[in-house]
Amino acid sequence: MSSGTGTTPTRRWEGRSELGVALGLAVVAVVVIVDTLGLEERVGVRGPIGPRTVPFVVAGLLLVVAVLIARDVLRGGRGEPEGGEDVDLTGGSDWVTIGLLAAAFLANALLIERVGWPVSGAVLFWGAAFALGSRHHVRNVVIAFALSVGSWYLFVLGLGVSVPVGILDGIL
Amino acid sequence: MDAFGSLLDGFATALTPTHLLYAFIGVLLGTAVGVLPGIGPAMALALLLPLTYGLDVTAAIIMFAGLYYGSMYGGSTTSILLNTPGETGSIVTAIEGNRMARKGRAAQALATAAIGSFVAGTIGTLLVVLLAPAIVEIAVQIGAPDYFAIMVLAFIAVTFVLGSSRIRGLASLGIGLTIGLIGIDRTSGQQRLTFDIPQLADGIDIVVIAVGLFAVGEALWVAAHLRRRSLEVIPVGAARMGREDWRRSWKPWFRGTAIGFPFGAIPSGGAEIPTFLSYVTEKRLSKHREEFGQGAIEGVAGPEATNNASAAGGFVPLLTLGLPVTATAAILLVAFQRYDIQPGPLLLEDEPEVVWALLASLFIGNTMLLVLNLPLAPLWAQVLRIPRPYLYAGILFFASLGAYAVNASTFDLILLLCLGGLGFVMRRYGLPVLPAIIAVILGPAAEEKLRQALQISDGALSGLITPFSIVVYAILTVVLLWPLIRRFVLPRREVPVLSEAVHAVEAVHEHHGLEVLDRPEERPADRT
Repeated sequence: MSSGTGTTPTRRWEGRSELGVALGLAVVAVVVIVDTLGLEERVGVRGPIGPRTVPFVVAGLLLVVAVLIARDVLRGGRGEPEGGEDVDLTGGSDWVTIGLLAAAFLANALLIERVGWPVSGAVLFWGAAFALGSRHHVRNVVIAFALSVGSWYLFVLGLGVSVPVGILDGIL
Repeated sequence: MDAFGSLLDGFATALTPTHLLYAFIGVLLGTAVGVLPGIGPAMALALLLPLTYGLDVTAAIIMFAGLYYGSMYGGSTTSILLNTPGETGSIVTAIEGNRMARKGRAAQALATAAIGSFVAGTIGTLLVVLLAPAIVEIAVQIGAPDYFAIMVLAFIAVTFVLGSSRIRGLASLGIGLTIGLIGIDRTSGQQRLTFDIPQLADGIDIVVIAVGLFAVGEALWVAAHLRRRSLEVIPVGAARMGREDWRRSWKPWFRGTAIGFPFGAIPSGGAEIPTFLSYVTEKRLSKHREEFGQGAIEGVAGPEATNNASAAGGFVPLLTLGLPVTATAAILLVAFQRYDIQPGPLLLEDEPEVVWALLASLFIGNTMLLVLNLPLAPLWAQVLRIPRPYLYAGILFFASLGAYAVNASTFDLILLLCLGGLGFVMRRYGLPVLPAIIAVILGPAAEEKLRQALQISDGALSGLITPFSIVVYAILTVVLLWPLIRRFVLPRREVPVLSEAVHAVEAVHEHHGLEVLDRPEERPADRT
């Protein structure tokens, strides 16, 4: 664990992937700078500091941090992945699960205004449960609809918050 | 006394049947959601925030008080009954409490945690009642430059005091500040970082940010590393303690309260340091030192009281300065802002009914928690057995519903997924989430105060210097230079208890983070 055998392929790859964090921060910094240069410094400004100062400072901070992280990673430093009750850090990331979860999530985002939450929410729950390895298809469908219809009633009737009912209008 | 008169008014508001019901629902739901593995107090609050959307402000705040303490207590139940620790504040509980549980003393561990939380929460809230009006009297006199200094201190403290890597904390701070810039600049009316997307003109809703980084980020992160073998839950009956347990617990409760409250009231990065401090203190003072590490009841009683006292202490800066110092306090601030209530020195004057009802509810919620949790322990143990696919699917489900309900906007759902992705990357590479959240919330306010201060002084930097802010910047310098001070000024003369606590924190990080290559001391790049 702490002996630092930096020669295995996975370890070397992991080290390089963390350089992506530094790169990402630098890219964000550049975007902030470009966006800020497009601002008018003196339009409608009260006081000596305009809308550009703070973004420049933030971009500067991001650039400095990007360089420091890159230096740290190249010297063998690593970020410490977050642990947790259900987290098993011995393997790599499971990208199939992540992809399926994102798909279920996006399906809800695209469907919610067309077919309503009682259906889109059920799709989200069922899809996410499937992605996470649950294969009790019938039971999952029942739970998914119970949750989405139940939460719709809770929000609309119980809390007075509007959530789209969609195609089930008139039934619920 | 004036504070007590106001507090009695607060009880009058909070003790109506409707408000009691909301407090009860809050405590019950908060505990239930907090018990769920993988859901820490901050995430529980973010997920449950939508439930208060339809309520009037007093009812919502009262319910939130229940959710706050409930989710906190739920987290420690998880640590005791599951044989693996969750978030940082309950690591110590996990060490001793779980050992106790495995020796068949789960009921005693849960009882000392519940009663200790009650004692600490009650004393802590009492201290808030006593301190808040006094601090407000000072706070109303401080101006824009002082606020700016305090906010900078909060940024630096949450970034630098904790975590295994300071630069990664700083990266998180930068990310949060950038997100905070998005939207129309309040002073000049110009759009910053909106890329001509109309939905971004008002900035990203803070609920979406909090739910995205905490809930969606966590669900994606855990999903990618889900333990396929389910964890062993230790069965338990109703929580109870014997005479000997009481005798060994009561002193740690009070000592824990004394340690936790001050740490909660200053920006010190949450409950991790004080809980370890309490643990080490109890170990030194105990007559049963050999039991520590094997399940010593003092090692649960002290840190649990500390955890709750520091949660109560967090209300002092939150209510008097509008300054959240932990993730949970940050979500509370969000809850306030949804009702256009700005916590700060004027809060007690502007909204006395809300504040005193909140404080009264903290007492009530604490008592309910005790009454509820001693007999309900077996039920919570059942909650821990929830199949993990349903748990994390449920988190995504409720996160989506809550975020959508804020503005009824599909765009927010896309943002939520992006922020969840960001949260995932941050967890993968050890960037703490807390500095980002604090920066998103306080960043825009800090900019406003900075510009106000310099407007008054006509651009001269001397406008940032006041007697008060000099003190704050002095503290800031000490925090920043602490590693150097520790190395050169205090070579071997550190307070032994503190250094032992720091050592314990590092040891645990090393034990649970599989990727820690060296101790921070040997990583020069981290010290810049």
